[in-house]
Amino acid sequence: MPDPAPALDAVTAGAFLLVLAIVVPVAGLLAAFAAGGRWVERIALTTLPLGLAIAVAIAIALWRTDAPIVYLLGAWAPPLGVALRADGLSALMMAITAVVICGVGIFACADFRIPAGATEARAPFAFWILLLAIWAALNMVFVAGDLFTLYVALELLTFAAVPLVSLDGRAETLQAALRYLIFALLGSAFYLVGSALLYGAYGTLDIVLLSHQLRAQPATLVAAALMTVGLLAKTALFPLHLWLPPAHAGAPAACSAVLSALVVKGSFFIVVRLWFGVMPGLPGSAAAQLLAALGAAAIVLGSIVALRQERLKLLVAYSTLAQIGYLFLMFPLALDPATARLASGGALAGGILQAISHATAKAAMFMSAGLLYAALGHDRISGLAGVARALPLSVLAFALGGMALIGPPGSGAYLAKTLLLQAADDGGQWWWTVVIQAGGMFTAGYWLLVLVHTLARGDASAALRARVSRLQEAAALALALCSLLLGLFPWDAYLAIPAGAAASNPLTLKALSSLLWPIVGGAVLATLLGRSGLPPARLRVENLLVAVIRPVRRGVLVLSGTIERLDGALRQWPVAAISLLVIAMLLGAAMQAAQSLD
Amino acid sequence: MTFALALHIALAGMMLGLAAWTIAARETFAAVVGFVVYGLFLALVWVRLDALDVALAEAAIGGGLNGLLLLGAAARLRAAEAPADAERPGASLRLLAALLSATVAAALAAAVLLLPEPAPTLAPAAAANAAATGLANPVTNVLMAFRAMDTMLEKVVLLLAVVGVWSIAPDHFWGGRPGVRHQADPQGTLAFLARVLTPFGIVVGIYLSWTGASHPGGAFQGATILAAMWLLIMMAGLADTPPMNARRLRLMLIAGPAVFLLVGLGGLAFGAAFLAYPAAYAKPLILAIEAAMVLTVAITLGLLVAGPPERSAAP
Amino acid sequence: MSIASVFALCAAAAVGLGLYGLLVSPQPLRKILAFNLLGSGVFVLFGVVARRGAAAGFASDPIPQALVITGIVVAFSATALAVALLLRLLQVSGSATLAAHSSARSSRDPAGT
Repeated sequence: MPDPAPALDAVTAGAFLLVLAIVVPVAGLLAAFAAGGRWVERIALTTLPLGLAIAVAIAIALWRTDAPIVYLLGAWAPPLGVALRADGLSALMMAITAVVICGVGIFACADFRIPAGATEARAPFAFWILLLAIWAALNMVFVAGDLFTLYVALELLTFAAVPLVSLDGRAETLQAALRYLIFALLGSAFYLVGSALLYGAYGTLDIVLLSHQLRAQPATLVAAALMTVGLLAKTALFPLHLWLPPAHAGAPAACSAVLSALVVKGSFFIVVRLWFGVMPGLPGSAAAQLLAALGAAAIVLGSIVALRQERLKLLVAYSTLAQIGYLFLMFPLALDPATARLASGGALAGGILQAISHATAKAAMFMSAGLLYAALGHDRISGLAGVARALPLSVLAFALGGMALIGPPGSGAYLAKTLLLQAADDGGQWWWTVVIQAGGMFTAGYWLLVLVHTLARGDASAALRARVSRLQEAAALALALCSLLLGLFPWDAYLAIPAGAAASNPLTLKALSSLLWPIVGGAVLATLLGRSGLPPARLRVENLLVAVIRPVRRGVLVLSGTIERLDGALRQWPVAAISLLVIAMLLGAAMQAAQSLD
Repeated sequence: MTFALALHIALAGMMLGLAAWTIAARETFAAVVGFVVYGLFLALVWVRLDALDVALAEAAIGGGLNGLLLLGAAARLRAAEAPADAERPGASLRLLAALLSATVAAALAAAVLLLPEPAPTLAPAAAANAAATGLANPVTNVLMAFRAMDTMLEKVVLLLAVVGVWSIAPDHFWGGRPGVRHQADPQGTLAFLARVLTPFGIVVGIYLSWTGASHPGGAFQGATILAAMWLLIMMAGLADTPPMNARRLRLMLIAGPAVFLLVGLGGLAFGAAFLAYPAAYAKPLILAIEAAMVLTVAITLGLLVAGPPERSAAP
Repeated sequence: MSIASVFALCAAAAVGLGLYGLLVSPQPLRKILAFNLLGSGVFVLFGVVARRGAAAGFASDPIPQALVITGIVVAFSATALAVALLLRLLQVSGSATLAAHSSARSSRDPAGT
């Protein structure tokens, strides 16, 4: 990130927008709480365009500028006071948050209706207020310049996200919410203890001041390891993912969309700020490779278990797990080998782009999965035959969202992948190239699996239990299209993208072939791992094919069975908590090793 | 080893003993009782660390209200305890957990003991800028002036906790009264205690909030005592929890953050910055915010202990 | 050894004990209790840092003290939310445990493949 030392004490023009970005959702939620009844939805829906306008205004203010916007709260300068700082990263994350929340808000109107005759109902009241709170918390996360303010924002985010999980009141979701809450609290306790050590060592918690003063000391290393692990627990990176699948799969559709798309990105963003902003020179190669290794494991485990799922929402939840792993691949790729510091270059841009395109795509996927569930009364993948003809728009939204995750040319994920692959090439880290390409295949695998089931012949229209609202389908489709077209946005106005990467023609044969390999590989994976088994063979050719595939499939299933058992074991509380401590120690040791080698 | 050091080591030792009891006790109720006593010792530790405001907050919120909440929960969960015991991890897993926890604790201890000397501190900056607000209590200065944003956000966190707790209620009790209706013998000790103690408690609570401007104390600590008195009255059956959709209740719950936000926006529009106070009016503004905060925090803490609505609004 | 060091060791031990409780206790309420213990250890660490920062006539640096007060209130609200979830879980399902009763998916194939 650019060095804003001269801007430390200066309040730049338009900086009050940063305050408004937090104050508007907060004021909305206070007003909605006091007004109650049907006013809650009205106030929330009024706040949505206001917040979107503020996010756009901040993005415009930061167009092609190097210096971040700085605002000193209470006119007190750090280290005594708290500053708000928005750079290109913040502006982009705030903009995509606003877009996704507006999409979710429009989608949720139909799901959270107050029944006629009642003045107020529990689920609508809670949902709208919690949605506004998540928005305020995320905006705070993206602009706060102080580690303790980030802690309060993180707690606000957790308190707003947990009740969304258990909004339908079933025992499984209550359990999932409680598991999420306690594990997330463990994470924030680790984050807080790290902040205590950093204050003890440097006398300030301001991000910019810390970055100037940071040296490798025992306190700093312990703080870095503990804070990172605490944030990883809140982001559900492998192996700390025990809470995510039941929580995201059990929540109502609109809530799952917000949880998967945005909430996990909050703690991820703080990891980025910590590693790139506060201590770019501290972690070193080993710790960065460790993070990415966990990410690679998340991709493999999440995708394989997703392929084995019977329920659509669980498949999408495990897909989130895999995509979160993708986000952490950028850390070793951003390491500048000459200075052993994390540089804000193409790899960082690729990681953030991945986060942004995943946000819109996953929101669309959860929304469409929710529509299918509401229409059919179940979300069994094997029971989706014929749904593509019965609910074409919903299936299209799911298809486009999934495709956006694979990364066809012109999409955000494609650009992200290009940037990451380029960084891997530049750094000679070929193993991450393999992981990135394999990840594309895995994503295509479970996407194809669902699509093939929906396209299969069947009469689902007779089984439709409820009409699907056109507005909801439109919202899901809009977000999916957004994700598909994100590559066309001028990212180099905000991120330090190396010249030429963004300008590559998405329609070249090479670019289109980059889509072919994941789809072919994905088809193979879906055939080998999908639950429904192979179709009955009628022709001689099909018989031959089946005879060849069957033993391969048996072997692959043994492997995937092991992975599923591993996932089951890791999702036991004692094992997950122990792995949390083990990862903390490994990170600490890796950072210490990097320092000793200097 | 001086006498004072020996006393402190004894205090730390008793605390750790109670902490170990909290973890190791067979019955959860006994563990919670141990935790409440641990909280009181912890307040003593805060006094010895010369952080009196924190000592008051810990004794009131950390030990007092927290303990009340956990005791109530432990009583209700007694029946469900035995089945859960079957899931206790095996001995090898427990040993591994113990080793790992001990390593983390050792790393923390090493990190703190090896912190640089002289310790970096913001105390001189806080002292130099204390004149801006006219308050003599430096901690209140930090909470209300230098880091006012954190305090304001924290009010929103409290409100969110109430919304979260309420959202857990069953649909048919929405709009009803939180908690169960307590009955107590009108001639008995509890009702007597409630009648006698409450007026004193209210005076002490208001005094603690008021005096927080210049002496140890503050809005949180005073509000906790007011909340405790309210809870005492409800537990003695002298009053009932209000229905959660009462308009006045909702307004009182947002009063604290709303006043804070309005003053902040006033600073944004007319003053130097969001949450900046004009020099002449700093103290009255801060006291006004604190008054609203005390009201809101007292009711919020009381509602958090009372829990989600468990009956309909009919009295 | 100074007073601050004694309490620093005490706080680190409290963090260790709280972690152990969180890892090992099967009952969610014991986990919540252990989390409170862990939190209190973290706060005392802040307090030790504040005490070391005594200067300018203050016996203790006021900034960490303010952070701890905020932290205590946040920890209490977290406990309240967790307890409410737990009690409702008990009401709805009759048991209060975090272990999911539906086990991991069977990896056996449907017959014929």
